[in-house]
Amino acid sequence: MTVTEILFGRLGWDALPFWHMLQNPTFKSVINDLIASGAGLMVVLGALVVVAGVSWLGKWGYLWREWLTSPDHKRIGIMFIVIALVMLARAIVEAVFMRAQQAVGLNGGFLTAEHFGQLFTTHGTIMVFFMGMPFLTGVINYVMPLQIGARDLSFPVLNLVSLGLTAAGAALVMVSLVLEPFSTGGWTGYAPFTELSYNPGAGVDYWIWAVSLSTFSSTLSGINFAVTIYKKRAPGMTLFRMPLFTWTALCTAILMIFGMPPLTVATGLLALDRYLDFHMFTTDLGGNMMNYVNLFWAFGHPEVYILILPAFGVFSEVFATFSGKRLYGYTVLVMATICIAVLSFTVWLHHFFTMGQSANVNAAFGIATMLIGIPTGVKVYDWMLTMYRGRVRMSVPMIYAVGFILLFVLGGMSGVILATPSVDYQVHNSLFLVAHFHNMLIPGVLFGMLAAVNYWFPKAFGFRLEERWGRRAAWLWILGFMLAFFPLYVLGMMGMPRRSVSFTNPAYLPWTVIAGIGALVALAALACLLLQLWVSVRDRDHNRVFAGDPWDGRSLEWATSAPPPEYNFPVIPEIYGRDAFMLEKDGGTPFQAPTQYQDIVMPANSAMGVIIGAAGFAAAFALTWYMWWLVVLSAVVMIGAAIARGFVRTTHYVISADEVRRTHEYWLREVEATTPIRRSQEQSGANRGRAVPPVEGAVQ
Amino acid sequence: MTAVSQQQKHFPALSALGACLLPATLSGCSSAPGFLDPQGPIARAQLGHFWFVVAMLAIVILPVLVLTPLILWRYRYGTSRAAYRPKWELTLWLDILIWGIPILIVVILSVVLWRQTHQLDPYRPLHSDQPPLEIQVVGYDWKWLFIYPEQHIATLGQLIVPVGRPVAFDLTSATVLQTFFIPALGSQIDVMNRMQTTLHLLADREGEFEGRNMQYNGDGFHEQRFTARAVNAQDFARFVADTRHEGIPLDQHNYRILARKGSTLEAAKALGESVTLPDDPLVRFSAVPDGLFDAIMRDAPLDWSELSPTTGGSATSAPATPHDTGGETSNPSASAASTTITTQGESAS
Ligand code: HEM
Ligand SMILES: [Cu+2]
Repeated sequence: MTVTEILFGRLGWDALPFWHMLQNPTFKSVINDLIASGAGLMVVLGALVVVAGVSWLGKWGYLWREWLTSPDHKRIGIMFIVIALVMLARAIVEAVFMRAQQAVGLNGGFLTAEHFGQLFTTHGTIMVFFMGMPFLTGVINYVMPLQIGARDLSFPVLNLVSLGLTAAGAALVMVSLVLEPFSTGGWTGYAPFTELSYNPGAGVDYWIWAVSLSTFSSTLSGINFAVTIYKKRAPGMTLFRMPLFTWTALCTAILMIFGMPPLTVATGLLALDRYLDFHMFTTDLGGNMMNYVNLFWAFGHPEVYILILPAFGVFSEVFATFSGKRLYGYTVLVMATICIAVLSFTVWLHHFFTMGQSANVNAAFGIATMLIGIPTGVKVYDWMLTMYRGRVRMSVPMIYAVGFILLFVLGGMSGVILATPSVDYQVHNSLFLVAHFHNMLIPGVLFGMLAAVNYWFPKAFGFRLEERWGRRAAWLWILGFMLAFFPLYVLGMMGMPRRSVSFTNPAYLPWTVIAGIGALVALAALACLLLQLWVSVRDRDHNRVFAGDPWDGRSLEWATSAPPPEYNFPVIPEIYGRDAFMLEKDGGTPFQAPTQYQDIVMPANSAMGVIIGAAGFAAAFALTWYMWWLVVLSAVVMIGAAIARGFVRTTHYVISADEVRRTHEYWLREVEATTPIRRSQEQSGANRGRAVPPVEGAVQ
Repeated sequence: MTAVSQQQKHFPALSALGACLLPATLSGCSSAPGFLDPQGPIARAQLGHFWFVVAMLAIVILPVLVLTPLILWRYRYGTSRAAYRPKWELTLWLDILIWGIPILIVVILSVVLWRQTHQLDPYRPLHSDQPPLEIQVVGYDWKWLFIYPEQHIATLGQLIVPVGRPVAFDLTSATVLQTFFIPALGSQIDVMNRMQTTLHLLADREGEFEGRNMQYNGDGFHEQRFTARAVNAQDFARFVADTRHEGIPLDQHNYRILARKGSTLEAAKALGESVTLPDDPLVRFSAVPDGLFDAIMRDAPLDWSELSPTTGGSATSAPATPHDTGGETSNPSASAASTTITTQGESAS
């Protein structure tokens, strides 16, 4: 072993994205390596710009103190969402490349099969683990404690560690653009294709460790959320007074706790196979790949409900708020959510009806799957009835919500079709399936999270998002989704398999072209979203809502200033019913000053998240490239940090009652000075975050 | 009469509707045989079931699609004509309705699902007055080998089956997970190394249908296609006879070439076949040894001296190799020891 080998393991020059092109310049290799190098360059440039920008502004100290080490659940939530948005941008661009390839993919195209394989694998992996999960974790982080009247999560430092681990996983996927390759095994990583004997390179290892980091992070987040909801609700906030979003957060948290470990185990066992010559999922020596598939989907199906339930929660809040009306069938919706969460553990086999098990087994799981359709259908009707006899305002979150309802039922229909084993035998593994899950994930997860951003952004930053670009983005997402994925239903029924880099049937071509246009429209939607953010920041003074209640909200988070102080509530509120803030407004007694203020104890900053995240990244990177010394070193750092944390004595700090009083009274004075507005002025500069009494405001 | 062909009677109108509507509006009437233009009883029943599910679900979905825009309009902000009930949150009969109807639909769908899943179970032999043709399928990276054990022939690139006669497939993979699928005829089924799956299909019309692997397995995945040809009995007999005479022997040398990574086309060229239609290569093998499939399935190192070469002769004259029945049970360690090959004795055909 040479020193270089010891230092760099199997990392060599050939990991550079342009290496192949230099060694073997053919037309195709040049094109592909140029694309790959461009992507790698973006990563490097992006990182440089961030570092340079922060240095130029001299903000390293601020970044460190106020963000990276801040245990404030609101800050952590925002950082999760930033990760999600960055990763969303990358994954959408990858989707556009895949769609472009298939739009010219009749007997060829411009991408190599290997490149295409990496694209669908990173796209899927990112969208699920590094877009969907951080996004919903961020939104829950931000909103849930405010909704239950808590000051923070139960375990703020653990929350930082979750963030660090997710960031490490995302960074690993990003680094794989610079030091190639990534896996081609799809987001499912089915063995034995991902075993060493079939895939000896670093790609699968990147995938294993990125996913493992993400699942660790989510398990910890799940524990944190569940404990918080159980233990930190304000007095009077009984379970059945919790806002629906918090209910979905609770169900999601429980699903995370039980649903994530199977994947951690599956990827762990796969790693044992690859690193230590175990034979869990190999074809020889007693291994059985069916165990991998089983474990993967024991995670995979709960996972799709982890993704979708928070979105259901967001939409429940949005429908009620923008219809100026109580949520229809609150208890029923809660029951339906619980039903879905429980049933989601009983259906995983529908992902492999074709693996040769008996008809009895298939039929049982098919029926179990259709059962989930019942509570889901009920929810849709409950949302419609929430709008019924209300006064519906089509603001941006509402456009997403209505788009969601109309499109989601179609996805539900294709879901029941896929749950029918005899029909699944025809459409399984085809683009029909791809159309189906995008039909759930885009209107569900993506629209849900974007609605959440539009809805809660003013709470988090103190100013509303600009409405016009928001509408454009929303409509373009809807249109883009329809163009990109309805053709895939047809292609699937025509027999086109998923994950095909090219095809020979000319009848596919018109449909892949339409889908390609759809992907471009989705890209335009992404651009509108970024423009919306930009314009909003630029015009922020025009849209300030310091009083904190821009939408005539119903739940507790709207009863605070925008943005809320780090301790959320000057005194922990007492809750007397559902829609706590609306109750106060109805009773004419919002914005009361507490009789007495007390010192508030808050968690102190901690570097644990950064340390564990950085060491986690180093360990994962080192494992991928066989740099054993670095693996050992990062393990030592992680264990050392955990031990050192035990000796830290300043884990809390105190905010004096006086300061709390001053801050609160300042806000109350500002609220007093704010003119309440009717809903018709919601989108104008007159909206400073205070609403006229509800009923009056909602009907002009 | 096959068992499944009765199935289509359950939804004749729907099948007809689907058959005309979707291909006509979406892909033109010239759509290739496939799910939308089935060529066998299984696929036809599946299409019927598909439209049945769609129709049932339309009962709950159409109201959403129609009513949501209406509600949005009628109860828009600023209207003064419609009722406003900000505190209304439950009406019992409405709730019974929105739970009851989906439950009812799911019950109906479940009953049908249970019956159809059993009736269309790929493992279920098709009843017919003709004995099924046995075909053994092996998936490679990235091609399919079709072994006709009774005829001692095999093909690559094309699967030739007699029309009207059930085909019983035994399937395995010589490599990673793959999925064998002929959409025009019916179900897809996974193939896995060291495991055998089973599939029963029947073509009731002559023609050429696309077949392929549906499960991604690497760079050549998109090329892992084949053509399934349903031909009449005479043509099938001629194909068997021709293959016996003209096919290249599937011996150790040729098997090595065949098992290499690569597409069907590449294998065909390497095997010295002059390929005329690049899209549709056909390689025919004669003298396929007994027990080849089982040996591949168990991932046993193929010991060609023990595999009995059956040259051209008639199927019935094929000698059964002495075999070790103990190897019948899949014993993973058997592969480590010497090759154990089981031959199925010739069945009466
Ligand atoms: C407009 C946005 C999007 C476009 C255009 C798009 C496009 C695509 C394409 C072309 C594929 C490959 C299909 C194939 O296998 O042939 C794919 C796969 C996939 N997408 Fe998306 N996608 C989008 C958004 C999303 C979102 C929001 C999610 C999840 C939250 C997602 C999750 C996935 C997953 C899990 C796969 C499967 C990857 C695999 O085969 O392993 N996508 N998408
Ligand atoms: Cu599932």
